[in-house]
Amino acid sequence: MKLKKLILPALSFAMALFVSGLLVAFSDSKVLALKSHPISMLSKGLSTCGAAYWALFRGSIFDPRLASGHFWEGFYPFSETLVAASPLILTGLSVALAFRAGLFNIGAQGQFIAGAIGASWVGFTFDLPIVIHSIAAIAAAMIFAGLYGGFVGFLKSRTGAHEVIVTIMLNYVAGYFLLWLLSTTAFLRPGRKDPLAPEVHNSARLLHLFGPDLRANLGFIVALVAAAAVWWLLTRSTWGFRFRAVGANAAASRTAGISVARVSTTVMFLAGALAGLGGAVQILGTEYAMTSGVGGSFGFDAITVALLGRATPIGTVFAALLFGALRAGGLTMQASTDTPLDLVLVIQALVVLFIAAPALIKSLFRLKNVDEGETISSKGWNG
Amino acid sequence: MSTTEVRSLSAPERRRKRGIITMASLGSIGLLLFGIFPKSGQPVTFSFVLGNEWVLAKELIINSKSGSLSFSIISLLAIAVATLQFRARKTIRTASAVFGATFLMSFLCWATAGKFVPFTGLLQGGLILSVPLIFGAMAGIISERSGVINIAIEGQLLAGAFLSGIVASLTQNNWAGLVVAPIAGALISLLLAIFAIKYGIDQVVLGFVLNVLVIGLTNFLYKKLLIPYQSTWNAGGTFPPIQIPLLSKIPVVGPIFFSQSIIVYLMYVVVAVIHIALFKSKWGLRTRSVGEHPTAAESVGIDVNKIRFRNVLIAGAVAGLGGAFFTLGALGSFSKEMTAGKGFIALAAVIFGRWSPLGAVAAALIFGFADNLQGLLTITGTPIPSEFMLMVPYVATIIAVSGFVGKVRAPAADGVAYKRGGGSH
Repeated sequence: MKLKKLILPALSFAMALFVSGLLVAFSDSKVLALKSHPISMLSKGLSTCGAAYWALFRGSIFDPRLASGHFWEGFYPFSETLVAASPLILTGLSVALAFRAGLFNIGAQGQFIAGAIGASWVGFTFDLPIVIHSIAAIAAAMIFAGLYGGFVGFLKSRTGAHEVIVTIMLNYVAGYFLLWLLSTTAFLRPGRKDPLAPEVHNSARLLHLFGPDLRANLGFIVALVAAAAVWWLLTRSTWGFRFRAVGANAAASRTAGISVARVSTTVMFLAGALAGLGGAVQILGTEYAMTSGVGGSFGFDAITVALLGRATPIGTVFAALLFGALRAGGLTMQASTDTPLDLVLVIQALVVLFIAAPALIKSLFRLKNVDEGETISSKGWNG
Repeated sequence: MSTTEVRSLSAPERRRKRGIITMASLGSIGLLLFGIFPKSGQPVTFSFVLGNEWVLAKELIINSKSGSLSFSIISLLAIAVATLQFRARKTIRTASAVFGATFLMSFLCWATAGKFVPFTGLLQGGLILSVPLIFGAMAGIISERSGVINIAIEGQLLAGAFLSGIVASLTQNNWAGLVVAPIAGALISLLLAIFAIKYGIDQVVLGFVLNVLVIGLTNFLYKKLLIPYQSTWNAGGTFPPIQIPLLSKIPVVGPIFFSQSIIVYLMYVVVAVIHIALFKSKWGLRTRSVGEHPTAAESVGIDVNKIRFRNVLIAGAVAGLGGAFFTLGALGSFSKEMTAGKGFIALAAVIFGRWSPLGAVAAALIFGFADNLQGLLTITGTPIPSEFMLMVPYVATIIAVSGFVGKVRAPAADGVAYKRGGGSH
């Protein structure tokens, strides 16, 4: 990989941190109180912002305070980054794969929920041997979510219903369905009134990677394997070729004898299955018990991850690691510096915005000869 | 058009046919489920009086079973009429509307058996809930008719709500809040316009990112400023309802349409202006030509990107104004993510209404009404779980987009950046 390719993402990230830093500094009441002393206001602003970003780093990568015994213990927070990144990789791959076939999957949220329901249900209902149980739960998640996603592709190919609208609507449907499910005797944990499912059995849980103290689990490996599989599918298989052909030019592909209808149904099935796998990893690896909020903001994040990763599997993995780090560190930042976690959303949005506008970054930094990479484009309403 | 006896159906005809089939199956299910299956009926009380309007009928008590049955039969008759009109190659719009209304009434009688239904209040609440949807949909139409996809409606609404709430609170003046709301929406639009038109970034992606940005920003500032300093930053008020003399006295219609806050009246104006301007003015003609065939527009001397830029800004202003409804029209203060996905429902209304202002208004009204009905049924209790009631607008949209609306056709150049002289296709 050429280093040149990294210039643009790096500068975009730096710009996003800079702009968000301004936001942190100038929304702080202690900084604003120094209005009459510009110099001390500036230094106070810098220190406020610095403290926030230092906490962000401490919570996501390396915390020197934990490294007092063994140096490597300082990297404990990195485990949280991996935990946060795993479902992001999978949902991000879901959006990226659909993108490559010219479909904009806003429905990762709903598919994630469908997957979480499947994994949770198999996880707490059945008694199975250790590895088999995990596999069965993951399979259920992928099938549920795959069907939920595939339905969108089917509908599009049969009736022309636009996938953006249908997936937006299905996200809400999935959310309400989950809420209802958690009020039924089958899914509500006995003795509870709040929407909380029983915990999945030990046999279904994913193994921790670095011992019981750290939450990083096999889910991350599952995500990497999925990324490799998507890479193989897109670049080495006939189906992947069809996907990309349809994504590049649906009309030409149709003329060339590719069934666009079958491609959109298949792609949406696979995209759904990937997002559902994300839901399974979240339940079996991290949360164990499903709540009504299991979907979180994964649908949103997935899109930003796929965009930052330029809809390539490798890019998606790195983008998810970056945003996973922001998520993990954001919690520490919120707890220790009184900076709301929502700053992470702002950083996320700004990174994607800057990266999507290479022309802007290039003119800001007066750069020439920067590799812009492929620009991602959806097809608008008529595509 | 074929000259043989066997008539081949054109695409809109096929769509209409599919619509009739959808309606027929819905209607039959309704007849069975609401009119025939229930063993015995219970009285349903519909009350019509809300305030001090003239009283035509105070309340009406009907039996739920016979009510459902008769409304179902009327709805099936409407389908029969629609079929005849379809055969005669006439529009089936009126018959479809009658079907929709009677089907809903049939459902309402069934769902509220034995209960009290504030009918006028139900419709009034429905209109109120559809206000942000209508503003949002208008914003979508202005932008998309000129060829720029506007997915950032959610962000524009939220920005309008946020800034209007803060300014109304800081100045203790609701009017100041109302004035800045469009500016907030237009600022988001400015980003959309610069990045989409100047830098040619994909518009769906961009709109999505702008939504995330506004949600992040408002959440951040909400926690940082609005919660700790609530009394100065987040203590605005609401506009009181204004009773229009005489009109507000009309039974049922009066309280629904003419006893609302200033923002609702502004909405009437906005919808009327956009509808007329889009189809009757020079601006409208240019907008539509730029959205359908920018190269042709350019060739007659229209500056495509200038028109688009301006339209995107206007769209943001309209959505921002709609955002003020959340704070100044409804709640009085800002709360986190208070638009709650309404911008996306507005987008659905745009598509549901096929990019026409009046169609989108109709769609938004249906969504608003369904939302309000769901609220009422959750309180009174229904035979079906409230979560399923909450799904209704979303499922209805999916059915509509795939059944009724079928292959929707957006403005031809919607979402395609235009480069001067380079052509857009």
